[in-house]
Amino acid sequence: MEALFAATLGILSASGIYLLLRGRTFPVVMGLTLLSYAVNLFLFAMGRLQTGMPAVIGRSAEYADPLPQALVLTAIVIGFAMTAFLLVLALRGLGELKSDHVDGKEPR
Amino acid sequence: MNHALILPVLLPMFVGSLLLFVPRLSLTLQRGLGLASTLLQLLISVGLLLLADQGALHSYALGNWQAPFGIVLLLDRLSALLLLVTALLALFALIYAVRGDDARGKNFHSLFQFQLMGINGAFLTGDLFNLFVFFEILLIASYALLLHGGGAERVRAGIHYVVLNLLGSALFLLAVGVMYGITGTLNMADMAARVAVASPDDAALLGAAGLLLLVVFGLKAAFLPMYFWLPRAYAAASAPVAALFAIMTKVGLYSIMRVYILIYGEQAGSIANLAADWLWPLALLTILCGVIGALAAVTLQGLLAYLVVASVGSLLAGIALGTPAALSAALFYLIHSTWITGAMFLIADLISRQRGDKAGQLVQGPLLLQPLLLGALFFIGAIALAGLPPFSGFFGKLLLLRALEPGPEALLLWPALLLGGLLTLVALSRAGSTLIWRTGRDVLGSAERDGVRTLAAAGLLSTALILVLFAAPVLAYVQATAAQLLDLAPYMQLVSPGEAP
Repeated sequence: MEALFAATLGILSASGIYLLLRGRTFPVVMGLTLLSYAVNLFLFAMGRLQTGMPAVIGRSAEYADPLPQALVLTAIVIGFAMTAFLLVLALRGLGELKSDHVDGKEPR
Repeated sequence: MNHALILPVLLPMFVGSLLLFVPRLSLTLQRGLGLASTLLQLLISVGLLLLADQGALHSYALGNWQAPFGIVLLLDRLSALLLLVTALLALFALIYAVRGDDARGKNFHSLFQFQLMGINGAFLTGDLFNLFVFFEILLIASYALLLHGGGAERVRAGIHYVVLNLLGSALFLLAVGVMYGITGTLNMADMAARVAVASPDDAALLGAAGLLLLVVFGLKAAFLPMYFWLPRAYAAASAPVAALFAIMTKVGLYSIMRVYILIYGEQAGSIANLAADWLWPLALLTILCGVIGALAAVTLQGLLAYLVVASVGSLLAGIALGTPAALSAALFYLIHSTWITGAMFLIADLISRQRGDKAGQLVQGPLLLQPLLLGALFFIGAIALAGLPPFSGFFGKLLLLRALEPGPEALLLWPALLLGGLLTLVALSRAGSTLIWRTGRDVLGSAERDGVRTLAAAGLLSTALILVLFAAPVLAYVQATAAQLLDLAPYMQLVSPGEAP
């Protein structure tokens, strides 16, 4: 399971960084989204990968660490809001600058 | 438990939400509420400063969940000092803004309060993940404030600023994730105790996470490889926002001090003083890049933005040296550079408003409406920024220079600081003579004059003199701050009372 998880994270971050380095705002937004997926999964895995364990103490002898789940929830909410803001800003940029290039003007 | 500790976070949160949710509040009422809240924050931060100056550390367990399991706020001399610096800067910036700048877009006052909430929270928190949350609060408010007033240039600078900071947030989460995965805690003091006893394998991972965190804080503090977003963003922001942003780079510097002294400090075993080797050369190069940028700048606002970068370099040099003398010098310089840079952004705007569409461009323009008054303010600010006597910049630089005995480190820092000061002076004299002396004969009909705005700028600038007049108590305070920062035992006792670290 670890290898599969690590490969998923690797592919997600690699694609995210590739898109982040593109010149148009839409791929950049997509790149940041993929990267934040990778980061959220990574945070989640920091409580160690386990299956079939409740995150509540007292129900069974073995339990999963509940804190990363709380952290990842916070990170998802914040990341979602920030991505929405960036999308609106990118659209606004397209309207005001008449270009969807990240520098606001077409490269010569 | 002292409930006053949470007031700097709660007050702007409630006032900001009130301004946001009560529909059709008249602008006068919004201004009054914003000013009252900011003034109250100033009074609270003075109170907290006096509390912190008694020497003990104060912590506040949110929801009474005891550390290290719950989130704690931590008040020491450093956080109290930065709260005060923020509150005073914000008050003058807001007084400047209420003369019309706040009406150029929606929700300025509530965004301003949320910005203060984020900054105050970042200075107060003792929990690494909570620091991330407060970073995000101050960032989202700053995104909107940067765009306040609209216009193509702001949108262009805004996209870069937002994308870079989102990437920074992703790296922050990765670093926090690794640190939590290994130490099993997010409380900074508790983490420091666990890092100290980490096994060599874990220490390598912790070191990697620590350096990842340095990239994030470097992006906020804007030192060498990560400062390229700053000049454009600060130059594009409206004047009161740019003035308030003078504190934003200090949030990054504060986090560097907090994390690399407490968690990766002397006691951290094989990864002790992790950041110092990186910070030292980067600091010197940042000073040089900042002043070269200032020399090449084509607008006054751009010039000031590059001087922000140069001042970050000087501060970082003090932090990288890490001795009590260097840290206290850096703290003194931090107070000075925040307030004076803020004042200079306001003065630059006053000048721009009397130059019509030439605004802040460093080209020949019309005669200023108030050449003597604005010239004098600019002159005082320039002297203070360049570090000439008799103003606070001179004291700050002198303390930094004297923090080093003659030796190889001094051989690098002294020329960098002195050359930086000289080039700053050249850049500012060139700008000042172009703006104030190389003018046409006629005053523009559209030139604006505003007593309150001038007073706000002059008031903030007067701190250059006040810091010198009260240099003895300020110096005593920053020296006590440096000593407190470097003595880690009391921090450790906050998480495990009764147990010697």
